[in-house]
Amino acid sequence: MTIKTMTMPQLGESVTEGTISQWLIKAGDKIEQYQPVLEVMTDKVNAEVPALYSGTIVKLLAEEDETVNVGTPIFEIKVDSGHTEDHDHEVDVQEHDRAKKSQTQKSESMKQRYSPAVLTLAQEHQIDLSKLRGTGLAGRITRKDVLNYLNNENNQVVESIENESIIQAKTTQQPVPPVAVNREIPVTGIRKAIATNMVRAKTEIPHAWMMIEVDVTNLVAYRNAEKDKFREEEGYNLSYFAFFLNAVAKALKEFPELNSSWQDDKIIQHKEINLSIAVGNETELYVPVIHNVDEKSIKGIAKSVHQLAHKAKHNQLTQADMEGGTFTVNNTGTFGSVQSMGVINYPQAAILQVESIVKKPVIINDMFAARDMVNLCLSLDHRILDGVICGRFMSHVKNILENISGDTTPIY
Amino acid sequence: MSVLSYIEAIQLAMKEEMERDEKVFILGEDVGKRGGVFRATDGLYEQFGEKRVIDTPLAESAIVGVGIGAAMYGMIPIAEIQFADFILPAVNQIISEAAKLRYRSNNDWSSPITIRAPYGGGVHGALYHSQSMEAIFANQPGLKIVMPSSPRDAKGLLKAAIRDPDPVLFFEHKRAYRLLKEEVPETDELIPIGKANLVREGSDITVISYGLMLHYVKEIANELATEKEIDVHVLDLRTVYPLDQAAIIQAAKQTGKVLLVTEDNKEGSIISEVSAIIAEHCLFDLDAPIQRLAGPDVPAMPYAPTLEKEFMVNKDKIKQAMIDLALF
Repeated sequence: MTIKTMTMPQLGESVTEGTISQWLIKAGDKIEQYQPVLEVMTDKVNAEVPALYSGTIVKLLAEEDETVNVGTPIFEIKVDSGHTEDHDHEVDVQEHDRAKKSQTQKSESMKQRYSPAVLTLAQEHQIDLSKLRGTGLAGRITRKDVLNYLNNENNQVVESIENESIIQAKTTQQPVPPVAVNREIPVTGIRKAIATNMVRAKTEIPHAWMMIEVDVTNLVAYRNAEKDKFREEEGYNLSYFAFFLNAVAKALKEFPELNSSWQDDKIIQHKEINLSIAVGNETELYVPVIHNVDEKSIKGIAKSVHQLAHKAKHNQLTQADMEGGTFTVNNTGTFGSVQSMGVINYPQAAILQVESIVKKPVIINDMFAARDMVNLCLSLDHRILDGVICGRFMSHVKNILENISGDTTPIY
Repeated sequence: MSVLSYIEAIQLAMKEEMERDEKVFILGEDVGKRGGVFRATDGLYEQFGEKRVIDTPLAESAIVGVGIGAAMYGMIPIAEIQFADFILPAVNQIISEAAKLRYRSNNDWSSPITIRAPYGGGVHGALYHSQSMEAIFANQPGLKIVMPSSPRDAKGLLKAAIRDPDPVLFFEHKRAYRLLKEEVPETDELIPIGKANLVREGSDITVISYGLMLHYVKEIANELATEKEIDVHVLDLRTVYPLDQAAIIQAAKQTGKVLLVTEDNKEGSIISEVSAIIAEHCLFDLDAPIQRLAGPDVPAMPYAPTLEKEFMVNKDKIKQAMIDLALF
């Protein structure tokens, strides 16, 4: 009969301590080998610890709820005779296992040390590096591992990465030329945010839609007369969009109902007129905000649009640039659209789409005239707004735009 | 084509250039009747006479100075410094005069001199017959430094150096003289100065070197390809000043793992500059820290064979460094 001391086992590679959540035995109990003796909670796992020996518990050395370091003695057991040698062997095996474990742990120490080349490739190809197995020093993922992964990506199911034998086969294989299959693009970052917002807006908001046609011949003439001089003096374009934003801001002042948002069964009417404008680059869409548009001149608005578009193009938009919008104006005309149904920028009440300006034959005083026409499309949250108020708002915008001239709308 | 040793290729380059242009002449210690201590000018005295193959006093400053003067008057001198270790008395002539002449005279004068000098260790030459001197001259705009790694390169580069309108320092590895042999085309081949040479394409690691070390790198790259399936990308700098930055950047980006090898002392060496170029341009392509394999930072190559072996970068050290980098 010998008395053995059992210690707190290591319940995970990086675990250094464990909290005894419950003793399943008490002093004097007779236990069998592998019988659970205590429950241990670590920051990684919650586990039952089995007995390594059959015998009688002599003494518990730690209390429930006590946190003890790995390797600290936790109880003593009087081992049944005849098994002793076996058990010594057991200990050896266990220690051997532990040594092996710590060795593998050591050899994986570089697994999450990524070189600039690896990070660059991972970013370019949207690779989740945790799915790769490194062949470099101490498990480091090398640039070549990533390249091999990319080469094999189309032929290998991602889950199979977990399978070691396949991995080993892979690394010794010649890179397989990629087969022409559909490209999978993981949805992350901005694209994911756009998706979430769109689904939310489209499912939560009952959208209604209307469109009016506006004669902007005067605006076109006015802007064309001023644009070259403006560009020369200010260094950026005098865009039509600035005039539209100006008109919308004036109309919102008149019809504050549209400058509002739905918030938990309340409608908040905003005092400030902050217009969100949609600007995109090749792959992403941003909706930065121009604050207090009603207080800005045409020049001021054009400048803000120019600055935000520049920032969006160079990925320099900050969170502050995106916040506080109360109504959205979308310049869909820039890509040739003549009619579109915008999705409301949640939780705003409406979105106005400015379509392409198109020269059209129009009847004025029973005679045909060539006029510059533009469609304005409004999507509205029917919980907040109705057709009547929106119709009036749109008519007001139309009225402002059709009467634009140097007198009504000075640029400076 | 015939198989030539490194030194035969150099001798042939000078012979052909002297036959091509009678303004080309040689001056240096023992270059005439003796044919050079390494026999680099063997037979040239007999062929071209004492006025074109001139034995000089033991005065390096004068060898280079006289050469510069002759060059200014339209001659094309090839000055031989018997050992690169002894080039130091001529440093003022090379750096202050030859390198700066065109710039200083606003293009009125130039100095198309070629200065040949045997460098390098591993030949039991001890302190004064083993040094690598290139780093001393490698920040002097106006000067070019060429260090060939094979007989064919030696011939083509030396001919280009002789025809170059400005001063060129031409360092020849003395151990390479009779160690390296290869087929050298009999044509009038010129190899451009200022351009590095992609010797071998590979995908695992990039090794950049020059001179004799490049030869070792090439041999080991072949060994590793068969023994360990390590695929090595090898770039020969050929011209160590000014460096072919574009080629260096491209080679580094090829694998992202770069080993630089020189026989010179490590700190402040040519490969330190190569490393800086890579660090400046290739951060996001690097997959491992840039590795430099070089001689230790001690004053000179020892004479004792054991210590010489310890000092000298050799094939074993290069091989180990290449394997380590491949495994990283």
